[in-house]
Amino acid sequence: MRTVQRTHGGAADPRHRDLVRDASLVWVAGGVVGVSFGAIAVTGGLPVWAPVVMSLVVYAGSAQFSAVGVLLAGGGPLAAAATGLLLNTRTAAFGLAVADVLGPGRLARLAGAHLVTDETVAFALAQTDPVRRRAAFWVSGIGLFAVWNVGVLAGALAGDALGDTARYGLDAAFPAVLVALVLPTLRAEARVRRCALPGAALALALTPAVPAGVPVLAALAGLALYGRGEARA
Amino acid sequence: MNATAGMILALAVGTYAFRLVGPALHGRVELPARVRELLSAGAVVLLTALLATGALTEGGGFAGWARAAGVLVGGVLAWRRAPFAVVVLGAAGTAAVLRLAGVT
Repeated sequence: MRTVQRTHGGAADPRHRDLVRDASLVWVAGGVVGVSFGAIAVTGGLPVWAPVVMSLVVYAGSAQFSAVGVLLAGGGPLAAAATGLLLNTRTAAFGLAVADVLGPGRLARLAGAHLVTDETVAFALAQTDPVRRRAAFWVSGIGLFAVWNVGVLAGALAGDALGDTARYGLDAAFPAVLVALVLPTLRAEARVRRCALPGAALALALTPAVPAGVPVLAALAGLALYGRGEARA
Repeated sequence: MNATAGMILALAVGTYAFRLVGPALHGRVELPARVRELLSAGAVVLLTALLATGALTEGGGFAGWARAAGVLVGGVLAWRRAPFAVVVLGAAGTAAVLRLAGVT
């Protein structure tokens, strides 16, 4: 929240300390979820390399959990890959939304694309200043990539040491992260709110009836309520 | 290559391709202002839908009262402009305490 209201003129590093502080909470939570992913995959019967390699090259928490879930439930590799891909289609929309945030240069784009996740996009878009947008994306993204993969490795090696992470309320932490990052925009921009709230309601209504990943995509139908170009006038 | 490795590879390549669409087009295709506006609104629409389904559902059903109450507490804290850490820890703490008290 605070990060949104503060729009500093300068780009000096100490100014980004609050970004690191806010992002570090998400890193801790991501690390613990990573441990549980590694543990679930290995105790479910996959070899240690599978969750570790998957986390490095797929790098998408919800898709990884779903794909491994389908695999361990005997759904087969094709269904597992299809489920994960369906969940990740939203990253295409996110990539389009943050394309100008990544920075110039081919390497920044190629590496930055891999770091596009729900959390990094939310962190970036919560900033109003372009310099802080870029900093928020890279700070949250690099940190999250590091802790996620270290966490998965630790979980894969240690097995079921953490127990059920629901005990720590982590399942409530991730939606709350998105609430904290998205609420200022919803509050300030009536046109976005007009699309987002009916979209979310539609997603909730569809959830029991359609495959995972579809409800969130269906929410984009809310954009039909965005209205014509008042902002250009 | 075994089936698990093939699944991981397919998922990795497909996911990276999705992610690369925006950054690869950037600078080559000049998107109209209206489209750019819709794209950033679309990202917020997706994030809002994710937080709603993440707060309330799990595997197609209700996620339980502990998680829903936790996220609600986080939402109230965020609405009152509490710092980010307070929002996140408030949500997780509420869910954890409720579960400790036997609420699922």
